[in-house]
Amino acid sequence: MGFREDGKGTEFTRRDVLKAGAAVAAFGAGLAGAGLGHVGTAVAQQQDMHFEPEKGAELRILRWKKFVQGDEDGWNANTQKFTEKTGVKVRIDAESWEDIRPKAAVAANVGSGPDIIFGWFDDPHQYPDKLVDLTDLATYLGNKYGGWYEAPKRYGMRDGKWIGLPVGAAGNCIVYRKSWLNEAGFETMPRDTDGFLKACQAMAKKGHPAGFALGNAVGDGNTWTHSILWAFGGRMVDDQNNVVINSPETVRALEYVAELYKTFAPGTLSWLDPNNNKAFLAGEIGVTANGISVYYSAKSSQDPAMQAMAKDIEHANMPVGPVGRPTELHLFTQAMVFRHSKYPNAAKEYLRFMMEKDQYEPWQQAAIGYITHPLAAYESNPIWTVDPKHTPYRDTVKNMLWNGYSGKLGPASAAAMADYVVVNMFAEAASGQQTPKEAAARAERRAARYYKV
Amino acid sequence: MGAFMFVDTKTQRRASARAAPGPRRFRLGESRGAMGLLFMLPAAAVLLLFLAYPLGLGVWLGMTDTRVGRAGQYIGIENYEMLWTDSVFWTSVFNTLLYTVVASIAKFALGLWLALLLNRHLPFKAFLRAIVLLPWIVPTALSAIAFWWIYDSQFSIISWSLTRLGLIEHNINFLGDPAWARASVIIANVWRGIPFVAITLLAGLQTIPPSLYEAATIDGATPWQRFRYVTFPMLTPIIAVVMTFSVLFTFTDFQLIYVLTRGGPLNATHLMATLSFQRAIPGGNLGEGAAIAVTMIPFLLSAILFSYFGLQRRRWQHGGND
Repeated sequence: MGFREDGKGTEFTRRDVLKAGAAVAAFGAGLAGAGLGHVGTAVAQQQDMHFEPEKGAELRILRWKKFVQGDEDGWNANTQKFTEKTGVKVRIDAESWEDIRPKAAVAANVGSGPDIIFGWFDDPHQYPDKLVDLTDLATYLGNKYGGWYEAPKRYGMRDGKWIGLPVGAAGNCIVYRKSWLNEAGFETMPRDTDGFLKACQAMAKKGHPAGFALGNAVGDGNTWTHSILWAFGGRMVDDQNNVVINSPETVRALEYVAELYKTFAPGTLSWLDPNNNKAFLAGEIGVTANGISVYYSAKSSQDPAMQAMAKDIEHANMPVGPVGRPTELHLFTQAMVFRHSKYPNAAKEYLRFMMEKDQYEPWQQAAIGYITHPLAAYESNPIWTVDPKHTPYRDTVKNMLWNGYSGKLGPASAAAMADYVVVNMFAEAASGQQTPKEAAARAERRAARYYKV
Repeated sequence: MGAFMFVDTKTQRRASARAAPGPRRFRLGESRGAMGLLFMLPAAAVLLLFLAYPLGLGVWLGMTDTRVGRAGQYIGIENYEMLWTDSVFWTSVFNTLLYTVVASIAKFALGLWLALLLNRHLPFKAFLRAIVLLPWIVPTALSAIAFWWIYDSQFSIISWSLTRLGLIEHNINFLGDPAWARASVIIANVWRGIPFVAITLLAGLQTIPPSLYEAATIDGATPWQRFRYVTFPMLTPIIAVVMTFSVLFTFTDFQLIYVLTRGGPLNATHLMATLSFQRAIPGGNLGEGAAIAVTMIPFLLSAILFSYFGLQRRRWQHGGND
């Protein structure tokens, strides 16, 4: 059996290709809801799903440009395999990751463009009615691979339907120089916010400052500031999307970052996404938050000094604050199949193929774990243990909350992030331009504009 | 077929007149005004399609709550009311005016100075003139990346040089301090914009008849008086044009800011154009983004009107009083 889609809705046909017939009902009957990913894992292991590509199907895909070379090589190799297997030609266009959102927006608005776009964060929630329902595929993958983590479900689903297919996150961890941390009197990087602050202070005293982006850095600015905000119990909005950012918890988070800021290298208010990588690799800072790419750059360098640095680089998950549990934000990517596509089945089949273990794990390995899985089963991918320095990245999506936590994803959460409301709030408080209370009040006024409806 | 090419026009005209349904239509064909209108139609169509329509659409979008992927509804001036109370918007208005005024004055002063220098008899004159154009020829995105390195908080060549010379102890926080950041982006814009002003004014300088200078010299005019009473008045028409364009380019700058700061630090370098993009595309609020863009129109219109009336003031251009 397979699915045929005419652009207006999904229709079951006799040709549906679900080879294990006994298990069909488990997902066909709409087990798309939250938490169902763990249901029937054992049964699901016997399942195999397949979408019959339309005759003469060709796919055009818009994807973000590689962060690490292995990512692109691995992805393209899998795509080649898909074409050999199905005969479906695939053209992949790559754009800088920040340019994907405008392009996806245009595609959604004009109803024309790539069949599949790999977007970021809350993109699917901006134009849900322009996207093909992927509930069948997501349910199948969830059942087969140990279930979706919580935040990916939030990102992928709307009103009980999957409108995006979570692909993974470019996880952020604390990246630090072990020898410098040891020199400052710490054996390992403390896992709690207080201990982390003390470690940064001690390292800064030894001439090894920290460096976290506080400029309008889409990725590196938003991720660590949200993580710290949530670590102290601050939130942009509550479950009902009421703006609650002006809270004592937020003020405590701001006070914390104001202290942490004193350990920063100069100029972090101007830092955009690439700055911390450059500064870290140049030995200007000893601690930052970043993807695995810093380590990857050092490790794959021909320069012996960089290779020595790679040996000294260690990673730790973002510190846990007073709330007592991980509260991380990461660059999260998901695939969107647009209703304007003439080949929705081919698109779904492509995504299914790419997310299956035979393809997904080698891709993660090629990218040395730059992308962390949204499906629990891939925790066992050897890439996470082959080098202990990779291991913290394994848990980034598991530890993740979603943009606009703890409210609903949608235009408001996207707009607030795009307007750097949280980043600016932390920058104002850290730099002393506003007191923490003033910064929180200002953020509240700015957020209220987006969450007004 | 060829025979028809030599038909007497009078005969043909008479034949056409006979074939025409009525004398009124014949007169229209003869009319210079109608023919002019006909010839202007293609240009008008292009203007309507590519200028008037997008402008009208922008104004309309500014009065809707259109979001990415969702058609909006008419909401009147609600977007503008929201902007009125939006501190970031007002910061961007201030930044844009500061950026435009300071950069335009600097570009004019330095461009004019450069033009006067290049107008002299210099060795390798053609080569020097070509070199001067380079900043304007290099794509803005590339020169912005160069400035991004020049202003880097850790690796700035300026900071490095000054430190080596023992003039400073710490790197200059070019893009991390609001005041420094504003100055830095203005300098980058001036660097890029000078050649346009200089080369255009140089072209203007070369149209001034040498006899005027000779006459002034014979009258005993000092170099300053020659500049004040000959060069400057003769240049004013071209100054009006070049400065109008320069102001428009500066006011609507986007790339430089987008590459260097994304509007940071703390929105200290956000221009109206960059804020409009940020709100409309990454933020998804097309209506609000359009409203910000529309608020730029009065400023741009003022610049154009200033130039228009400036160009009309012929007496002033020729050194007289209004």
